Amino acid sequence: MRPFTQHDGLVAPLDRSNVDTDMIIPKQFLKSIKRSGFGPNLFDELRYLDEGKPDQDSSGRPLNPDFVLNQPRYQGASVLLARHNFGCGSSREHAPWALDDFGFRAIIAPSFADIFYNNCFKNGLLPIVLDEKVVDQLFAEAEHAEGYRLLVDLESRQVKTPTGECFEFEVDDFRRHCLLHGLDDIGVTLEDADAIRAYEDRRRDSAPWLFGAIGRD
Amino acid sequence: MSGKTLYDKLWDEHLVKQRDDGSALIYIDRQLLHEVTSPQAFEGLRLANRKPWRVDANLATPDHNVPTTDREKGVDGIVDPVSRTQVETLDKNCDEFGILEFKIRDQRQGIVHVIGPEQGATLPGMTIVCGDSHTSTHGAFGTLAHGIGTSEVEHVLATQCLVQKKMKNMLIRVDGQLGAGVTAKDVILAIIGRIGTAGGTGYAVEFGGEAIRSLSMEGRMTVCNMAIEAGARVGMVAVDDVTIDYVQGRPFAPKGADWDRAVAHWRTLHSDDDAVFDKVIVLDGAAIKPQVTWGTSPEMVVSVDAQVPDPAQEEDPIKREGIVRALRYMGLEPNMPIEAIKLDRVFIGSCTNSRIEDLREAAAVVKGRKVAASLKQAMVVPGSGLVKAQAEQEGLDKIFIEAGLEWRDPGCSMCLAMNADKLGAGEHCASTSNRNFEGRQGFGGRTHLVSPAMAAAAAVTGHFVDVRELIQQGGA
Repeated sequence: MRPFTQHDGLVAPLDRSNVDTDMIIPKQFLKSIKRSGFGPNLFDELRYLDEGKPDQDSSGRPLNPDFVLNQPRYQGASVLLARHNFGCGSSREHAPWALDDFGFRAIIAPSFADIFYNNCFKNGLLPIVLDEKVVDQLFAEAEHAEGYRLLVDLESRQVKTPTGECFEFEVDDFRRHCLLHGLDDIGVTLEDADAIRAYEDRRRDSAPWLFGAIGRD
Repeated sequence: MSGKTLYDKLWDEHLVKQRDDGSALIYIDRQLLHEVTSPQAFEGLRLANRKPWRVDANLATPDHNVPTTDREKGVDGIVDPVSRTQVETLDKNCDEFGILEFKIRDQRQGIVHVIGPEQGATLPGMTIVCGDSHTSTHGAFGTLAHGIGTSEVEHVLATQCLVQKKMKNMLIRVDGQLGAGVTAKDVILAIIGRIGTAGGTGYAVEFGGEAIRSLSMEGRMTVCNMAIEAGARVGMVAVDDVTIDYVQGRPFAPKGADWDRAVAHWRTLHSDDDAVFDKVIVLDGAAIKPQVTWGTSPEMVVSVDAQVPDPAQEEDPIKREGIVRALRYMGLEPNMPIEAIKLDRVFIGSCTNSRIEDLREAAAVVKGRKVAASLKQAMVVPGSGLVKAQAEQEGLDKIFIEAGLEWRDPGCSMCLAMNADKLGAGEHCASTSNRNFEGRQGFGGRTHLVSPAMAAAAAVTGHFVDVRELIQQGGA
């Protein structure tokens, strides 16, 4: 996984609460068996005026001029500013894959849905929870000042504004550690293979019906 | 020290290792796999040259992309080549790694959250995961079950564990008895209406109270299924006789001495009387009426006798904007009665409501009646091949067909429209599924979530109607 230590990026404000994963990447694009290539279809139904199809070149499709990511001032944005309960709905990891493929590195919101939040960390994408009032302030600043950027520092757990104002955020130690070092967390878990085997042996004794019942015909 | 909640017990029983940084390794007893969220996980295993840790912990089936007609053609019956490739990829991966899969022509094929319990692959006390947010369904059996992303599917395949942080405990208690014609679906929609789509975020939710205890396993599954629509990854119901009776005799359930030992353990799977919850929500079951969603989030829900809300009455500006946007998308006017919403299609199915009891409930309403001429389509999609066979044995298929509903083959179907079953732009659908998000059932489609009984009532009238009125009238 690509490590995340610090990122300075242009901010795009998506002023809408309860953005669900169907909105982030509609179902027709989940048919892919790859992890990449979802960027052109990020927010497909908000971004384009027509219905998107898988395996289609999206470059010639009619854009919705009102959608924030289509506005010239937000081209190249890599920090997404969002509202309450971002990423609610399905567990599709295609949502963080699409955000990452589009170029986002961090998402700031007052709250995230649990599964989406967790999925981001597996893909080098940093979801940051800030107080609702702070998020309101960042929305106002981003909408007011063209070219507004934020510096996200995972090491110090801080978001810094262009005027030098700092906001601290919380993140689990384990998730932070994996993200800072770009660790493959399967590899980390397998370091405990002996503990897993020991647990499994105990469980086989206490609940033997959980083992071996399902097998190939 | 206070007692343990059901969630505490399940957590403790599966704890492999508590790490110093606050995270924990939790053992996973069962993983269910389907074609949409597993291909990249299998590919990841191959790239890292890893093997599944425990093949017999996994069970797979294709469900999201499968067509609901022409099933005798098997995979060749999938017209969309991209969908077909995804189903073929699951077949190939399960064959390569030796994982049991109910393939498209197997009668045991169906929606993962229907077949797990049906086969006894879902057992009380288990930890269960699947790359699908509606995995919370299995919590109805006193399991710790939740949806995960594809990276975690790979993680569980490779290690049989997940890295987790313990959630907080919430009890949602529904007291009293439900009225006639009021179902599990109405209960969970009323709960979501009360606490909102993020009300359960960060919590493992246990559903309790007399109204929940009185539900069948099918009803409990419907409630737990939609815990995620209230933001909670985990929804649970304590084990009792209803649970144990349902499990007994299922193909993968324990037998003989193992059965007795298992039951003795399962009987401990309830919250202790002195357990403390971080949050408790109480609803009066007798006050719940049939529910209908009017907007683009499951929390946008009212009783069938109510009106579409008026944004002018909402004080919070962000919520007001949300209502305005939802009404625009749904093509509805503020204050119009729910019963005045005209429908184009009716869908009875999905992992929320496609089990035998759901189909019986819908059939009882349509029996002797006809689908309204104004509808373009009304379809019934059973949750599995075995549910379909059972329904046919009971003659439910004939009741549906005679009334003018289509009787289809099992799969996720129009719940998320990854196969050919979808809404056209602007069409209103009474749907027994779980999400009414924009575009969920088709580009520009307008979804109203309801119970199977309410969907059936809508099918025979062409608009929403309080199913309790039809029940009173009896068959036509």
